[in-house]
Amino acid sequence: MDGDALVLLTGFLAAAIRISTPLLLAATGEMLNERAGVINLGVEGAMLAGALASAIGAAAYGSGAGVALAVLAGVAVAALFSAVAIGARADQIITGTAITLGAIGLTGTIYRTAFGPGGPGLTLPTLPAVAIPGLSAIPVLGPALFEQPLLTYLAWLLVPATFWFLFRSWWGLALRATGESPESARASGVPVERVQILATLVGGALAGLAGATLVLAQVGTFAEKMTAGRGFIAIAIVVLGRWHPVGVLLAALLIGGANALQFLFQAMGLAAPYQLFLVMPYLLALLALAVRTKR
Amino acid sequence: MRAVRGADFSLAAGEVHALVGENGAGKSTLMHIAAGLVPPDAGTVHVDGREVRLHSPRAARDLGIGMVHQHFTSVAGLTVAENLALAAGRLDGWTAGGVGTRLMEGLPPHALASGLSVAQRQRLEILKALATGARVLLLDEPTALLTPVEVEALHDLIREFVKSGGAVALITHKLREVLGTSDRVTVLRRGIVTLRGMTAEQTEQSLAQAMIGVEGVASSEEGSGEQRAPFAALGVTVEIGVIELRPGDLVGIAAVEGNGHRELLRAIARLEQFPGVRVTGTVALVPEDRTAEGLIGELSLAENLVLGLGADPRWARRARLDWNAARRRTAELIEAFEIVAPGPDAPAGTLSGGNQQKLLLARALETRPSVLVMENPTRGLDVRTTEEMHRRLRATATSGVTVIIHSTDLDEVLALANRVLVVHRRGVREAPRGADRQAVGEMMLGVQPVNGEP
Amino acid sequence: MSGPAARALLTGTIALLTGFAVLAMGLAAAGYDPVLALGALWRGAFGSWYALTSATLVRSIPLIILGLGLALGFRAGVFNIGAEGQFYAGAIAATWVGLQVTGWPAFAAVGAVWLAALVAGTLWIVVPVLLKARFGVLEVISTLLLNFVAEATVSYAVTGPLMEAKRIYPQSDPIAATARLPVLPGSRLHLGILVALVLATLFWWLFTRTAWGFRLRAVGLGPRAAEVSGRISSGRVVAVALLCSGALAGLGGGVEITGVTYTLFQNLSPGYGFTAIAVALLARNHPVGVIFTGLLFGALEAGAQGMQREAGVPAVAVQVTEAVIILVIVLAEVLVRRAGTLRASEPAADER
Repeated sequence: MDGDALVLLTGFLAAAIRISTPLLLAATGEMLNERAGVINLGVEGAMLAGALASAIGAAAYGSGAGVALAVLAGVAVAALFSAVAIGARADQIITGTAITLGAIGLTGTIYRTAFGPGGPGLTLPTLPAVAIPGLSAIPVLGPALFEQPLLTYLAWLLVPATFWFLFRSWWGLALRATGESPESARASGVPVERVQILATLVGGALAGLAGATLVLAQVGTFAEKMTAGRGFIAIAIVVLGRWHPVGVLLAALLIGGANALQFLFQAMGLAAPYQLFLVMPYLLALLALAVRTKR
Repeated sequence: MRAVRGADFSLAAGEVHALVGENGAGKSTLMHIAAGLVPPDAGTVHVDGREVRLHSPRAARDLGIGMVHQHFTSVAGLTVAENLALAAGRLDGWTAGGVGTRLMEGLPPHALASGLSVAQRQRLEILKALATGARVLLLDEPTALLTPVEVEALHDLIREFVKSGGAVALITHKLREVLGTSDRVTVLRRGIVTLRGMTAEQTEQSLAQAMIGVEGVASSEEGSGEQRAPFAALGVTVEIGVIELRPGDLVGIAAVEGNGHRELLRAIARLEQFPGVRVTGTVALVPEDRTAEGLIGELSLAENLVLGLGADPRWARRARLDWNAARRRTAELIEAFEIVAPGPDAPAGTLSGGNQQKLLLARALETRPSVLVMENPTRGLDVRTTEEMHRRLRATATSGVTVIIHSTDLDEVLALANRVLVVHRRGVREAPRGADRQAVGEMMLGVQPVNGEP
Repeated sequence: MSGPAARALLTGTIALLTGFAVLAMGLAAAGYDPVLALGALWRGAFGSWYALTSATLVRSIPLIILGLGLALGFRAGVFNIGAEGQFYAGAIAATWVGLQVTGWPAFAAVGAVWLAALVAGTLWIVVPVLLKARFGVLEVISTLLLNFVAEATVSYAVTGPLMEAKRIYPQSDPIAATARLPVLPGSRLHLGILVALVLATLFWWLFTRTAWGFRLRAVGLGPRAAEVSGRISSGRVVAVALLCSGALAGLGGGVEITGVTYTLFQNLSPGYGFTAIAVALLARNHPVGVIFTGLLFGALEAGAQGMQREAGVPAVAVQVTEAVIILVIVLAEVLVRRAGTLRASEPAADER
């Protein structure tokens, strides 16, 4: 019984981390975005665009190309957002919503055009889990934490990287100043618009990467509207994590864990309507917002 | 539209050069050109004898020119050290020179900028300029928000800075400050230089004449008007502790920023709490921030009137609004107050500052208030509109309203009011009748008078 | 026509043309025949009496109702992005009540169903409103998240408690006959069109002639000035606006159930809650304008189906058009704002 419990636990943890990776990537990007004073609702659209791009790239040239194309797609969506919301100073919320809507329409159109309406799902080369020698031998935690696709390790590495950037570099200081008070930052010589646009593009790249993770390292195929609000959950994760890299990591793991509960329940033979697990991340995000919002 | 025309300004090392003029005379624009914030349409800028092109504040900074603005530009959410690092362009390895070390005293590096006092924030501003290696400081109205003691400290700092080889351009409209601190003075009026010379050869009168172009002194000390209308016997309208205000009083509030005068005024206007405040009758407020709290720019004048008056029976019948009646009344007010506007349907945002202020006053008086509260009634207004506003305020008081004003310009407060209340650390005391500037200033700082007080 | 109205019409037209231009170019790039596609779009919307009544007008009804709700919110300066979820909440409540009212007189049955839908929509937005009031949570995020919760709830309902008696398909049983709205013979056009028109007229009157409508506008344009100068509680006005917005969205769901589908199933809404954003924005939040833009987007959605049938273009492509329209309007607003500040910054005669 003990061995079974451990296997269950390992499986649960592994699933939690796997599920949280796209959320962590998108949230890290959005955190940089919001620290610069830009709230980008287009992150959902960027993720979806990245997902489709990764599917197309992987189907044509392999998973590496898929990841690269996903990043480009995410940046492209973010670029459009930057042009309208930062360059032209249009309303950020409406712009982000419109871009996500457009992305849903565009990806749906491209997918159906390329692969036919309601056709069989693509089978794509997935990103394999890479075991870190030594670490992956630790009982329970080993296989859970250290047998993950490369993109997961990348997402983790971004945590100390963004921490160092935000709090130990001048440009990170400039970014934070831009978000706190753009006019004061400008008076101190910070190129405010440039900083905001760069932050948005990086956010878009990470969102695209998140989409690639979703397709190539989790689901294995593309389906219309498959992001299902993960981009918006990422925004809630940023709030829950108080716009701090470590906080965002923990929040993403929390939500990923909530989502992974369904596998645990299934494995344990507990019956519950699957919709319950479907809504868990959204409800949890709502709760997180209530508890943590202070801005 | 020309802000400045053919103006010449030069600054030498080791001197303080005052730039004087009324609001809108062009002094800020001139300094903004020097600081790289605004490109000149014509003319040149020379630094150390070489012609330069200042296309950004960064460029000016690199040449050693630092501007300290009237409105502080520190990022509130960052610490003192972070603000300095931001300004310096690097996280460490910058210095602020001799004067800088003095400024650093009393500025805890890890304190949030939002928690600093006004004087501390100004020191931070100056430090920021020095941190970028400024040898030239452009100070824009630096003493506007300081107490007399803090003003002295700033003047000492300026003297020390120029003694060590720096140069200071001091923008101000306070003539006494010019005479006491500067070596040279240039006066601007409507964008043209009307006076240029050594300060030692000038007087308040000569400066004022150059500033306004007419006989008379800019910030006049007319002496408090004894316009006590025969209402003294009527009931009290405002009580603040033991102080009683009556109809016909023109009350001036003198206080240093941060001591609670804003809360006091808003409490009288029934918007906030302040201990000991009791008001009877209706109160009308003209807020300091015209465009954010007073008027809604996109709405028409008539709509703004309805906004301020709410359910007035002339146009509000139960739930419905009669816009034509509102428009008619607005048109009447436009005439009565000589507001320059195309009509009652013009968006309020298209009016000039002076006309907006007049509209706000008209709206406030339309409610037939017992008490009128005005925060900074002449902020951003030119001389003529300022005088008109003063006239109207006096007339309002004479008609039986308790008028309460606050101005950051202590001279204006003393000139207008027949009663002066000083707010210090949320405590309110009335200044003795006929108290002069020095006495009131000391009260603002909490200095106890030598003999007893009222 | 007054200045602002003419300007609104101009920007609206430009937005529309740009949206269609982008659609045509995109379709051409994807290998479709844009002329054929646009032609099919037109025919799907207006090509026949049936298309007009049963495709275009039927689709306009929920768009107008939801559009009014969104316009109300926008006027108060707040964005109800959760209309989709509130629509579903209303639909669920409507279905549940609709199944209970067999044998009731028609007025009572329909009234009960609509009331339930209205209340459900309000309840669905109450949580975000409270979160905003108490914790300052951005209503945009909270309502957005609840959209997904609503969809999952529908999924649960039609596979569980509300599932049809036969238990074959994930849908509910049809509601009682007395709760169904009368239709124009020979079409699917139902009484809901009158509801939409009446609501639009009502809101036009409310917005322009009442103090409440004025307060909405004041809070939307200058919340601080409204508080300080108008003694209006901005928070309360915004909260009420959001609740009304949710009520309308819920009602839209109820009208759809009683008028068109009579049953609840997943994907009942092809994105009405989001298309309504474009409806409200294009109409510049004017209630009568919403009627026209609602019709326009109803035509667009109906046409999209025709485009898919005839030209093989995926119907979702029109969402790109809608997105472009929103973006153009939002950009136009920036230009108008800039022009306004440009005028205001010139010194008037008494200054200087």
